[in-house]
Order: sequence, then structure tokens, then C-alpha cells
Amino acid sequence: MDLKTETHNDVLIVRAMEDRIDAAGAIQFKEDMRAICLDPQPRVMLDLSRVSFLDSSGLGAVVAVMKLLGPGRRLELAALTPTVAKVFRLTRMDTVFTIHDSVPDGLHFAV
Amino acid sequence: MTAFPMACISRFDQGTGAVFRSTASAQAVRGLLQAILAHPLLACVAENARGCTEIVLAEVLNNIVEHAYAAMNGEIELRINLQAGQMFCDILDDGAPMPGLALPAGLAQPIGPDQDLQEGGYGWFLIRSLTENLLYRRIDARNHLCFQINIEQ
Repeated sequence: MDLKTETHNDVLIVRAMEDRIDAAGAIQFKEDMRAICLDPQPRVMLDLSRVSFLDSSGLGAVVAVMKLLGPGRRLELAALTPTVAKVFRLTRMDTVFTIHDSVPDGLHFAV
Repeated sequence: MTAFPMACISRFDQGTGAVFRSTASAQAVRGLLQAILAHPLLACVAENARGCTEIVLAEVLNNIVEHAYAAMNGEIELRINLQAGQMFCDILDDGAPMPGLALPAGLAQPIGPDQDLQEGGYGWFLIRSLTENLLYRRIDARNHLCFQINIEQ
């Protein structure tokens, strides 16, 4: 899974560069996130703006990443595309995660 | 033997449908979803309904790959027909039957800040949330799953 990372103050920003987090890629996504999250920033923000589709395997992988961060750290999500937002809304996961409409100002990737 | 409901067969004889076949693997499911969504039949389906369709078909197809074909290789056949604002889907495979010959309940998982969140078990909940007339039958060693999706949403 192609994931790009950047750190702003206490936030580790991870941008998923692929358009799907699905059954074919969920395990790899989880393993790659596990390695990235060894960086001990207290907040991890997953930028999903390029991800057009996420299935229940992808959702499970996002939940797994949140759990592996442990109670002292937070996984936040940003820039959900319509179908991804629908999966979070239907499963009510939108009530569990802090979801930002976009990556907050000041945290954008340098182009 | 339980008779296959005729309603699930006759709908595909009317020239408004398409049939897709694929090997059963997670990678092949990606390609199959891409082929279905790119099919001219779906060109008139609005973005929201396309999203629902992709979610439902991904969950059903991945379930077949992971469970019905857990111990063997095989093929998946998918028949789609669009009529009267509904997408009728029939999905067939030659894999293992559903446990107890019945569909999983797909109940909503307990969600909340104090819950120990599950990492799986959301698939059938999504399928049941986004489909109507969901029906499973095991006939002649094949799994048949029929449902419809409202595409005028």
C-alpha cells in the first residue's frame, strides 16, 4: 500500500495514495500502518482524499490501526470521499472516529 | 430439493441484463467490480446508487472468495438486470454452502467509545442495509444469492 507520511508538530499525517482499501489490500494496509505508527506522535491523521472505495475489510483494517495505537493516541480521518463516507455512516463508525472534512489548514502536504 | 424461485430466473431473459463471470480471488473481484461499474447498463445509474452497488457487490463477492471458496478454487457468475428503478442481482458460485444453509444475521455491531470494536463482521450488515428481497438458496451444489438494489435513490 502506497502511504505517504509527514509530521506537523504533534500530528503524523498519513496520506493513502491508492484508490482502494479493500479485501485485496487490507492486510498490507494494516501492516504498513503498523510500521508507520512506530513514529510516536500522539495524533495520527489518515488522509483518505484519494481513496474512492473502502469495503468492510478496509473498515476492519482502519479499526485495527486505531486499536494498535492504544488508548493514549488518536487516529483521526480526513477527506472521506462519498462512498467511503457512506460505509462509515452506515456502520456508525462515524461516531467513533474524529472525521475532518479535509486535512485541516496548516497540515497540508507541501506540493 | 428447494425449487429455485422463478422470479430470480425470468428477470434475466429480457435484454436489459448482463452476465459476468470471474475466477474467485480478491484481485479478480477488483477487476469484476470495475467491469460491472463500467458496463453501459450502469451508465445511467447516479453516483450514490453506484456507490451502494459497489459496496454490496464487493461484500458479496469477497464473502464468496473468503468463505465459499476458502478451500478450493472456482468461479463466480453474476447476473444483473435493471428494471423499474431496481437493479436485480443473481450471484452464483460452486463453493461450500452457507453454514446452516442460511445467511448470516448481519446485526449491527455495538459501536461506541467504550466498546471493544470488532475488526470484522460488518459485511453482512452493509449488504442487508443496502439491499431488499435478499434470498439465499442452495440448489444442485450451487449457492444462489438474489437481491435487489434501489437505483433511484
